[in-house]
Amino acid sequence: MKRQIPIALVFVAGLLLVIQFFVPHPASEFFFTFATDWIIVIGILALPIGIFSLLRNTYMKGRSDSKERIYSIATFAGFFLMVVSGLPSGSREAGSLHMKFFQNLLVPAQATLFSMLAFYIASAAYRAFRMRTLLAGVLLITAFVVMLRLIPLPEPLSTWNSELVRWILAVPNMAAKRAIIIGVALGAITYSMKILLGIETAYMGRD
Amino acid sequence: MEPTWGALAWQGLAAIVTLGIFSFLAGDNPFYKIIERTWVGVTTGYWLMLLYHTSFHDKVWVNIVVQHKWWYILPTFLGLLMWLRLSRKLAWISRYALAFYIGISTGIYIPLAFKNFVFLQLEGAVRPISFDAAGINFVIALVGLTCSLSYFFFSKPHTGILGGMSKAGILTLMIGFGAGFGLTVMGRVALLVQRVIFLRDYSVNLFGKIF
Repeated sequence: MKRQIPIALVFVAGLLLVIQFFVPHPASEFFFTFATDWIIVIGILALPIGIFSLLRNTYMKGRSDSKERIYSIATFAGFFLMVVSGLPSGSREAGSLHMKFFQNLLVPAQATLFSMLAFYIASAAYRAFRMRTLLAGVLLITAFVVMLRLIPLPEPLSTWNSELVRWILAVPNMAAKRAIIIGVALGAITYSMKILLGIETAYMGRD
Repeated sequence: MEPTWGALAWQGLAAIVTLGIFSFLAGDNPFYKIIERTWVGVTTGYWLMLLYHTSFHDKVWVNIVVQHKWWYILPTFLGLLMWLRLSRKLAWISRYALAFYIGISTGIYIPLAFKNFVFLQLEGAVRPISFDAAGINFVIALVGLTCSLSYFFFSKPHTGILGGMSKAGILTLMIGFGAGFGLTVMGRVALLVQRVIFLRDYSVNLFGKIF
């Protein structure tokens, strides 16, 4: 009851969707749309659990540690600011209070966080790029050549470099990316099959 | 056009956020922490509202209340069952909803992954060979792909021909990683330049308005 029925449900739902893929019929397409809506509806209704968990942890942290209190208040303030400003139906229109907070708080914070990674990537590169082996050398030279492309170089160096980077991206880089995509897909398909057949049940948690 | 005080105030908020996050470069500090935690709350609130308007309103409210598609009550009920995860005794009931979610997701993913990430990739990699530069590049890419895939093949020891192929494969992968690294660094540097330009423009506008 606690484990066997959910495993059977996974198998039946998964199998129906796999069969549906091979049936080009309006009824099959309706079933696909309905099934997709199911996961959207279940997902959106599961979201409050995650938010509740975040807010509870933030509250508990702020209550138990006085040094953390101000940071917990900041999280709550940011959350309620966006929720209250985002509730009206027109809140997603340009110029609304919600979108102003989005443009001037969320976007710059995210852009700055990502831009800061430039500093950390540079320090990581210093450690990783010491040419100890042939393979590390290949990685170093390729990265160097690709980065040079975005720097103004005198002619004919600029043209040569552009041609070389275009070749690297279109030929060996494409081969490597394809191999990774195929490898990851085969791994994910195998894992999905294990879930479908009830071999992998970690998603259910413990009793 | 001269910016208004209102626009400058909003940009000032963005400048404070930018400086607060950059302050982490000097070490962990309260200014950074405040901005970081506010960002966590703002992001959560933003996504909650975005999904409320695009998913809950459109898929639940409109379907059930406006269009009277009563069969949408079933996934709604299953979604509500997920909340039972908060109860230790009844958490197992939420597995029924999770089972539908996982089953439907994997059922959709398996054939799509085969089609898009395996067959279409192979279709792109295997084409008729022409006797020109494009043909040579195509052969190099195909050899690189085969060797890279052989590097991930663990059912046989990497010795002999397979060993040679996997060595060529790791070389191809390293070129791919190098290209990826170079592009990532340049992307991050472009973002950094954009943030610095924003701070410069903001300070110019602010001082221009005051003086």
